[in-house]
Amino acid sequence: MAELRAYAALLGGQWRSVTSYRASFAVEMVTNIGGTALDVFAVVVIFQATTTVAGFSLPEGVLIVSLSSCAFALADFAVGNIDRLKTYVRTGTMDAVLVRPLSALVQLILMDLPVRKALRLPFSFAVLAVALRINHVDWTPARVALLVVAPLAGAVFFSSIFVLSASLAFWWVDSGEVGSAFTYGGRDFTAYPTPVYSGWFRAVFAYGLGFGFVAYQPALALLGRADPLGLPTWAGFASPVVALLAAGLAAAVWRTGIRHYRSTGS
Amino acid sequence: MSPRRPFRDTCTTFGALSWSGFRRYATYRQATIAGSFTNIVFGFLRCYVLLAVAAGAVGGTPAGYRPDQLATFVWVGQGLLTVVSLWGWTELSDRIRTGEVTADLLRPIHPVTGYLAPDLGRALHGMVFRFVPPLVVGLIFFDLYLPGRWFTVPLFGLSVLLAVVGSLGLRFLVNATAYWLHDARGPIMLWTLAAGVLAGLYFPLRFLPGWLAVTLWVATPFPGLMQTPLDVLVERDPVPLQFGLVGLQAVWAALLLALCVLVQRRAERRLVAQGG
Repeated sequence: MAELRAYAALLGGQWRSVTSYRASFAVEMVTNIGGTALDVFAVVVIFQATTTVAGFSLPEGVLIVSLSSCAFALADFAVGNIDRLKTYVRTGTMDAVLVRPLSALVQLILMDLPVRKALRLPFSFAVLAVALRINHVDWTPARVALLVVAPLAGAVFFSSIFVLSASLAFWWVDSGEVGSAFTYGGRDFTAYPTPVYSGWFRAVFAYGLGFGFVAYQPALALLGRADPLGLPTWAGFASPVVALLAAGLAAAVWRTGIRHYRSTGS
Repeated sequence: MSPRRPFRDTCTTFGALSWSGFRRYATYRQATIAGSFTNIVFGFLRCYVLLAVAAGAVGGTPAGYRPDQLATFVWVGQGLLTVVSLWGWTELSDRIRTGEVTADLLRPIHPVTGYLAPDLGRALHGMVFRFVPPLVVGLIFFDLYLPGRWFTVPLFGLSVLLAVVGSLGLRFLVNATAYWLHDARGPIMLWTLAAGVLAGLYFPLRFLPGWLAVTLWVATPFPGLMQTPLDVLVERDPVPLQFGLVGLQAVWAALLLALCVLVQRRAERRLVAQGG
């Protein structure tokens, strides 16, 4: 109970700090929708410039980007700010976090919960609703279940990527933007149909790292479309398994990282 | 930059400040490698997307770009990203928030010059260490377009310089909102979003309807940050338009610097008022 109160205090402090500069906060809150809106807008512009992209139509493209942005928005809201870990390690804030008798990960998340990103969630789901209307989906119980599970599994997957990328800071403080290549890069990868990419790059991102299972495979399963790359339809339903594998790996790396952490001494 | 000082002294000060900007970024070697890695990953992502667009477009030239021109657009764009510095500059707003900005006013150099000179040094560092790696990777893995007109490369250089000046001007203005708002995170966020899409990072602006692209070019300084240098380099337009775009960029850069000086003057008056 005392622990919960401590967490609530962290969250309360966070809330007071974001609302103390009201004008700036309001601008941030609204522009944050812009982040997700831009992802969708970019996909629409790209698909408008041509008839089909890698054999996919505009509505299909919108379905893929909307699944991707729902998953990403959920993950970014929950743990996105963990990428500040490298700053915490560098400035020594991490020491303060570790001496408290609370979970380090939860503290870091609550210390910097991005309230300003909250409006992105309803926006992403609204785009998903539009995408489902403009595509013809032959609804079956399995597909309804998939629609519920896919954004959640995608969110767990992206959250794991966020934690994994941030963990880099335990070993390599000056890791700069390397994490972004996999968090934001992964988001960009999942925003388009996987056949857009080719060669070893596709193999690494889609199957090696598992980004193909966030939006592309579930979208194929929803549409009942055969995969031009040859994976069977059930691959769309594999996203929770991929997400759990990623979460397990992220948890293991995070724990190793915390144990490996040596203060900067500042 | 006091007017009574000889011109040579001014140049020496400017040069020293620029060199300090260069050295500052040369210190973080690991961060340079890390940043280049990320630029390269995004290069692959964007290049494949645009090549897929070209493969699906009628005639294979969406918005008048050939596939090799699109590939150059992407890879050189990834290289320019840090040179032009679209993101992540909050130095001025941080100094305003903490009050350290008052120290800038005591220096015998105008604050706008005091930020511009080190920024040019930073851009030079970017040109040497951040521009080249994505370009090399692009050359290895993709078929890039090599410019054919003899003046294209020097014109591209000038265009990049103007882009850096314009970008500093815009970043200065966005950061300077902190004089009034105290916390410039909102405006900086707005800038981050606008700069990426309106500068032509996510897709070439020519993919937009013609009237919209022209409006963006004339009415906003954003296309001058990336789209113009890239279009100049891939020789997307006939020669007069190629030069005309750089001219437009120069007008915007001059306008932005003038606006920075004006805003700084207004802010200084306000800063005094706050200090009571």
